[in-house]
Amino acid sequence: MSLLSNTATLLGKELRTEFRSRELLTTTVVFILVVLILFSFAISPTAEESREFGPGLLWLAILFAASLMLQPCFLREQTNDTLSSLRLAVTDPFSIFLAKLIANTLFLLLTEVLMLPLFAVFYNIPILPQLHYLLLVLFLGSLGISIAGTALSAISAQARMRELLLPLLLLPLLTPILVVSATVSVSLLDREPVVLWKGMAFLAIFDLVFLTALWLFGEYLLEE
Amino acid sequence: MAKRIVLGAVAILLVIAAAYASFYIAPTERTMGLIQRIFYFHVGSAWAGMDAFLVCFIANLLYVWRRQPKYDWLGVSSAEVGLVLTTVVLITGPIWAHPVWGIWWTWDARLTSTFVLWLLYVSYLLLRTLIEDQDRRALLSSLFGIFAFLDVPLVFGAIRWWRTQHPSPVIMGGQGSGLDPTMRKVLFFSALAMNFLAAFLIVERYILEKTKSEVDILQREAEAQ
Repeated sequence: MSLLSNTATLLGKELRTEFRSRELLTTTVVFILVVLILFSFAISPTAEESREFGPGLLWLAILFAASLMLQPCFLREQTNDTLSSLRLAVTDPFSIFLAKLIANTLFLLLTEVLMLPLFAVFYNIPILPQLHYLLLVLFLGSLGISIAGTALSAISAQARMRELLLPLLLLPLLTPILVVSATVSVSLLDREPVVLWKGMAFLAIFDLVFLTALWLFGEYLLEE
Repeated sequence: MAKRIVLGAVAILLVIAAAYASFYIAPTERTMGLIQRIFYFHVGSAWAGMDAFLVCFIANLLYVWRRQPKYDWLGVSSAEVGLVLTTVVLITGPIWAHPVWGIWWTWDARLTSTFVLWLLYVSYLLLRTLIEDQDRRALLSSLFGIFAFLDVPLVFGAIRWWRTQHPSPVIMGGQGSGLDPTMRKVLFFSALAMNFLAAFLIVERYILEKTKSEVDILQREAEAQ
């Protein structure tokens, strides 16, 4: 029980910190927008090509944005050395990770939901008919990104060159997420949409594997 | 010292014997011809590379559990050797693919996952260079190594199931796959040779890492006085 109540308190703290300034969210939204527009300049797709490549580009933009958005996750605890107080305050250090990764998933999902209409307009892809499935892929994918990303940002925060290091560690690790969520999204947004349940299950397995790993090894990531 | 020389000599002899076997004993493949002979070296290195990464993963787990520097030394040694062998795989692959497939590279499951594996361990070694404190470096890189290794089957599965165009595996593949018995023997022999070489290199690299950390300690003691 203490894990859940600790997590809830910490999640409240994460959300309050972010919504006071909304710095992270605004920057990420603008970043995804810029990347999507640059992609369409780089390949100037036709309507058919949009359907084929658009979702992949969207996921790539999300991945890049996430690797930047996850930076401050542990870094901002360092400024006033709040991490050690956090560790003293909770009974299970896993709740720190849990709160942070839930917050990160929420932030990512929020930016994605804001970006989705713009993506549909810019790339001429009707998203409404399959919206619920699309949201499910976005949720499973973003959860995986946040789990792995939160763990790795705890590592990169303790190293030099951390701004460059996090994308470098995180992006290869997220290859499975990119491959599967892009494929599932492409077949969802096809003229004859298909829901690839096997893909959804794969994303859920990815999330589960890394969540378990984080649960087992998380406390060592925060050692002094 | 004598033991290490014997080990090294055996490793080199085994590799030479494997080269001889793949050039002169294995029969020439019917459609691909001579270029197919690179297969023994290529697959042998791939297996030895995987084994090295497996050793690295086990060393990482042991370090997190036991916190003895020797596991950290073993981790970095096997990661480096694994990386070298995987580089060999990534170089010999295209040399074979170009005359046979007509292309240097294709985004097929095994090629791509080997490449991602290579990238992950490059990141592992890079991470190690960016953390000053010895204990922290050992712990954090071990944890990253564990995450990276867990990712490998997921990368392979994702690409295999959702990116098409993969030639079916020859060993442990489905129906219609298989090797000529002599080819199979030569393949297993070269895999053995490459594994032995990998083991020898890991031992050597481990001794180097151990010496390095001993020098570090001595240096610090000297500075303290």
